[in-house]
Amino acid sequence: MSSEQKPFVTDDTQVQTETRDARMAGADDRFNSKLREAFGSSPFILTKFDKFMNWVRGSSMFMLQFGIACCSIEMMHTYAIKHDLDRFAAGVPRASPRQADVIIVPGTIVSKFAPRMKRVYDQMPEPKFVVGMGSCTISGGPFQEGYNVIKGAEEVIPVDIHIPGCPPRPEALIYGIAKLQERIANGESSPVTVKPYELEQFGDLESDEIVDKLAAQIDEDDLVMRYNWADSP
Amino acid sequence: MSLEEQQSDEPAELESGVSRGDELADLLGDLVVGREEHMNAPGLVIRPDEVQDALFKLRDEAGFDHLSCVTAQEYEDRYESIYHLTKFDDRTDEVSVVVPTSKDNPVSQSAEPVFRTADWHEREAYDLVGIQYEDHPDLRRILLPDTWQGHPLGLDYDQDRPQIATLREHANPLEEDHRAAGDSNTMYINIGPHHPATHGVLHVETVVDGEQVVDLDADIGYLHRCEEQMCQQGTYRHQIMPYPDRWDYISAGLLNEWAYARTAEDLADIDVPEYAQIIRTMGAELCRIASHMIALGTFALDVYGDFTAIFMYAMRDREIVQNILEDLTGQRMMFNYFRLGGVVWDLPEPREEFFEKVRDFLDGLPQALEEYHDMITSNEILQARTVGTGVLPPEVAKSYGATGPVARGSGIDYDLRRDDSYGYYDELDWDVVVEDGCDNFSRLLVRMREVEESAKIIQQCVDLLEDWPEDERNIQANVPRTLKPEEDTEIYRAVEGAKGELGIYIRADGTDKPARFKIRSPCFSNLQTLPEMSEGEYIPDMIASLGSLDIVLGEVDR
Ligand code: SF4
Repeated sequence: MSSEQKPFVTDDTQVQTETRDARMAGADDRFNSKLREAFGSSPFILTKFDKFMNWVRGSSMFMLQFGIACCSIEMMHTYAIKHDLDRFAAGVPRASPRQADVIIVPGTIVSKFAPRMKRVYDQMPEPKFVVGMGSCTISGGPFQEGYNVIKGAEEVIPVDIHIPGCPPRPEALIYGIAKLQERIANGESSPVTVKPYELEQFGDLESDEIVDKLAAQIDEDDLVMRYNWADSP
Repeated sequence: MSLEEQQSDEPAELESGVSRGDELADLLGDLVVGREEHMNAPGLVIRPDEVQDALFKLRDEAGFDHLSCVTAQEYEDRYESIYHLTKFDDRTDEVSVVVPTSKDNPVSQSAEPVFRTADWHEREAYDLVGIQYEDHPDLRRILLPDTWQGHPLGLDYDQDRPQIATLREHANPLEEDHRAAGDSNTMYINIGPHHPATHGVLHVETVVDGEQVVDLDADIGYLHRCEEQMCQQGTYRHQIMPYPDRWDYISAGLLNEWAYARTAEDLADIDVPEYAQIIRTMGAELCRIASHMIALGTFALDVYGDFTAIFMYAMRDREIVQNILEDLTGQRMMFNYFRLGGVVWDLPEPREEFFEKVRDFLDGLPQALEEYHDMITSNEILQARTVGTGVLPPEVAKSYGATGPVARGSGIDYDLRRDDSYGYYDELDWDVVVEDGCDNFSRLLVRMREVEESAKIIQQCVDLLEDWPEDERNIQANVPRTLKPEEDTEIYRAVEGAKGELGIYIRADGTDKPARFKIRSPCFSNLQTLPEMSEGEYIPDMIASLGSLDIVLGEVDR
């Protein structure tokens, strides 16, 4: 059984995890690129090239087609006619995370979904950006007190732009995305908070009551997410 | 004046002076060990090991063929499951079968052999409350992760304890049997929880053999937002109303709010002024149009596979409806417009402008529908994909408790707006749409024709509102600041939501908050029929069937 679970831990993932770790440690910023290394140390070209790349990134964003809850209905409206996000060079939803560079998180995240969302996020190539849509992604929103609700997307993945509202109007979403584009064009990267909830291998968890209890059900190398509800805001 | 009032006069006395409860108790004889009186129906108390006998009898001899909902709850001294039974032919004939079980051994017989729909309902009861069902084919958690500790709606649940959720590969349930035979090449496919065709975060565990679906299991719970807990924490008067908007969030807000309003108004015996009922009816039907538009657009999206014209057209028409609703309520989606005893404010001023806007929309609608018919229903490709696929025979639909357009697409003439009338519906002139093709195409047609019926209703409401005398525009009844329904009153009421029968069970405990608040979601029951429609069919047909069910995960998972 355990060997069948391996495909989840691909080399791919490992690379991404490393990038993320490096980012959190501050050794690497999110605008790293292979090309940049190739240009060597000429400061002039480097700055110009960076500027150019940032402008390109901001002006052609591929969104991930990712719907969770109520906010995704307003997100659909933002993509559709009338609001037409495409006018702002950000309107092509990609079905696969591997082709996307922005993920809009439109909705409430619950315990069962958080590991999956994390996985989707991990599958996106760097540099990637996250737009949190709605109060649910800020704090859990109206469901903040729920036994099953993650108190904000930032507990799981880093968020660049928060858009408040329940749901935010399409105009608000467009504004948020425009702000994101502005930041990207300026080469600003958002602070990466250290997240409390990570995907980990079950074997790496510190042993305590619940871990011992579940030991019979979960394999050592299964990926798990451990929630400490008592510490949640 | 209010219609609800007449219906809540329980127990309904029959001519002979024998109440419906006595009659049914006689039928069941010794199986009944006690009686209860719920506001909507007589309650018969049954022993936990005789549930199937009692339900079989009620179904086969008294004609109760619709298990609307299963409510589970924990009291200080016992657990209780309530089976809310009613009839597809006569919605107002209801009975509650109450099954208490002891605290230390909460085991009760499963109703699954009698009603297929009990399968998921009992799994949910097990998951959230912790009652075990004997004889149940597959009793495991349904909404929470498998590794969850404790039952959150139980009385002694500690919300602060840490939990662990896993992310592991799912096993092919058929792999072993088929490998043994040596000639199988079944393949396991995960569709979702993040997938464009699942309408949200549904996970369909599919096993295919070639292109045919051989096994299918819908895994839900990726949007379980504890709606019932939220409602149990809120006060009746104001704090609960915002949540219904978020159950079926495809702009069906007012329809959902009505479910809560109707239940709580009956519970607290509140009359709604006629004027407010008309506004409610109009608003609710606007929501139904908005909701069916998205169903249409996403169905076309599923079948054609891209953001093509139809999706955009549907969104265009939805925008118009949303604008009207925004004028009326102040929000595009989460209206929070109903109050117990009425609505929060009157129509927007200037009224003429508002009426004109609604009329413009209604005038444009036939042409828009014509367009849809040109593009969708008369399109050969779509016909090839939908006619005769995803067949759901009426008997199967009934045993799964399917309601709404799904049931009406299978030829079941069942619509709560008419059969258990509320609001202003029975004063107006409209028809229940039924198609008997039982396939994906019929379900699509039902929705499109329902849009026309809704438009008719709105038209009549607008006419009435326009002529309503100015000094009789009473939008809210007098409702006390805090509502404290009497202890131990129980009620189960439903309305016709966009997706079907949306029911709410409330048990009051004498405080200003409900002791148990249970939501009967139509999508939850409708989604259960998916394996019936798709096993043995091609995988693209499964996607079309899923689209034609028009589920919304916020309501499935609650
Ligand atoms: S923020 Fe509001 S609208 Fe958005 S997902 Fe949460 S509850 Fe729904």
